[in-house]
Amino acid sequence: MSGLNAAGWRPAMNDGGEAAAGPATASGDRGLMLEEPLIFELGTPAKCGVDLDAADRAPVQGLSRFLRKEAPALAGLTEPETVRHYTRLSRQNYAIDLGPFPLGSCTMKHNPRLNEKMARLPGFADVHPLQPQSTVTGALEVIEQLADWLIRLTGMASVAMSPKAGAHGELCGLLCIRAALDARGEARDVVLVPESAHGTNPATAAFAGFKVRSIPATATGRVDLDALKAALTPDVAGVMITNPNTCGLFEPDMKAIADAVHAAGGYVYCDGANFNAIVGKVRPGDLGVDAMHINLHKTFSTPHGGGGPGAGPVVLSEALAPFAPLPFVTRDVDGTVHLVEEENRGDGHDQAFGRMVAFHGQMGMFTRALTYILSHGADGLRQVAEDAVLNANYVLRACEDVLTAPFAASGPCMHEALFSDAGMAEGFSTLDVAKGLIDEGFHPMTVYFPLVVRGAMLIEPTETESKAGLDRFIASLRSLAQRAQAGDDTLHSAPHFAPRRRLDETLAARKPVLVWKGDAPAS
Amino acid sequence: MTRYFTQDHEWIEIEGDLGTVGITDYAQGQLGDITFVDPAEVGASVAKGDAVSVVDSVKAASDVYTPVSGTIAEVNAALVDEPELVNTDAEVGGWLFRITLSDTSELAALMDDAAYKAYVETL
Repeated sequence: MSGLNAAGWRPAMNDGGEAAAGPATASGDRGLMLEEPLIFELGTPAKCGVDLDAADRAPVQGLSRFLRKEAPALAGLTEPETVRHYTRLSRQNYAIDLGPFPLGSCTMKHNPRLNEKMARLPGFADVHPLQPQSTVTGALEVIEQLADWLIRLTGMASVAMSPKAGAHGELCGLLCIRAALDARGEARDVVLVPESAHGTNPATAAFAGFKVRSIPATATGRVDLDALKAALTPDVAGVMITNPNTCGLFEPDMKAIADAVHAAGGYVYCDGANFNAIVGKVRPGDLGVDAMHINLHKTFSTPHGGGGPGAGPVVLSEALAPFAPLPFVTRDVDGTVHLVEEENRGDGHDQAFGRMVAFHGQMGMFTRALTYILSHGADGLRQVAEDAVLNANYVLRACEDVLTAPFAASGPCMHEALFSDAGMAEGFSTLDVAKGLIDEGFHPMTVYFPLVVRGAMLIEPTETESKAGLDRFIASLRSLAQRAQAGDDTLHSAPHFAPRRRLDETLAARKPVLVWKGDAPAS
Repeated sequence: MTRYFTQDHEWIEIEGDLGTVGITDYAQGQLGDITFVDPAEVGASVAKGDAVSVVDSVKAASDVYTPVSGTIAEVNAALVDEPELVNTDAEVGGWLFRITLSDTSELAALMDDAAYKAYVETL
């Protein structure tokens, strides 16, 4: 009898076929698939979620010009309405806690709960940067221990802990290079950026006041060493290189590149965003790197964007270390730690280029990253890199017969597998496969990046995924690739089962509606 | 009027010492739907090969390089509200900027229509 579950134990989910969608509901909800309006459609300015007493005093003298002339246009909701609004929205979202998140270049790995427990210890969670140093020695010890690990893992001379994110770390590294060049009295103003570098690299170089010169990639997706050498004119301040690069490939000429840049009087900036693939295996300092940022949210498992600013410490070579920004934590000969601030700048740190941020860095991220490092140990971190690379190669080899893998012939990849949309049926592209993955219950991979590959699909499983999890993902990806090869038109209209169908991304970019306008925008 | 092309898929149409520059129909096809054009700076003195404008599409943000040296004379104001003109009319109405050439001998290094067509065939 239709409509009854005849499967017995563990019935299948509603198969969701559009023909079997069932009757319309008055609420717009579909069982546990909850529809949710915008918060301004839900609330009303007439309602207030808290019970405020009437003001019983006159406005503070001198502040009257700041007095509101009219009530703010807030969407008044009760507390349960507010909680439900955001919880219902969150159920339309996807998260690393729900399943694989294969965004290449982003390193969406599991955030261990032990990290969270440590970060919530009151001695770390409740400190204020202006507290007397004597009351925060434990927190300073964490910063110093993490700094020591980062220095040892990268084989570098020192580390600037204060930058707040990867791109902020890039800026810090380039400002160190600028300061070192200024100290040498040289006005070099060109930064070489290979095509296989992260997109932030040329942006950072331009922001730091350098001119950007692009270096082409070879047919195997690596930096063209000869082209780089030919570009090393006397006005070159340095090179920004991503290794492993954004094609998921190791740059085997890294040492030769560094030697050539150094011989020409420049510095080597390495984008450390992909350090996850080589941590415990390769020390960038041994390759001749002068500066490299480390995204704690990638390699060291802190949450992406969670809980305020992130952390992008920058490790520095002997040549750049004297120019590191203030403040920083240092360990004295007696083993105690103290903070080097503006006032003790003269104490052997007079070349510091200045400050990146007001205070010492992001304590919450430091605590989580150190917890991850200590809970893995040196051998565990090495296994992180090995498993991340193994997982990516497993995906690459499991799908290369149904998806074009442009660099697969050149050998193993590192931490991410790169495919292109070549070989799909006419009219089918990367976007169709990405949208299809949503129907399959996965977050899409990174699409159309890196730019050196047409219709790029960049998949980074990280070490988080088990073989069973990878097999499920691979089965879905293979199925989608075969549908795209066969020209299955239903793929053009994916996603079919997400809370929203395929959106007009072009219209959204051309005519974005970013603020609530009181009623539905005219179409 | 003579039209020249670059390997970076810009076209330039010459009238006296004034050149009108845009991206080719092939280039707009590769970029996909254009969402925004960051215009060149009128009055700026630029050298051949400088990135003077940026074309954003749903897939990528791409620099547009000036095929010749000179001074930016005018930008296409219509693209502010209708960036899609670059898609629908790349080689006429979707022009990006006009430049007063400082060295017309630079044109000799550019491709003509036939050479550009042959170049695109190789891609």
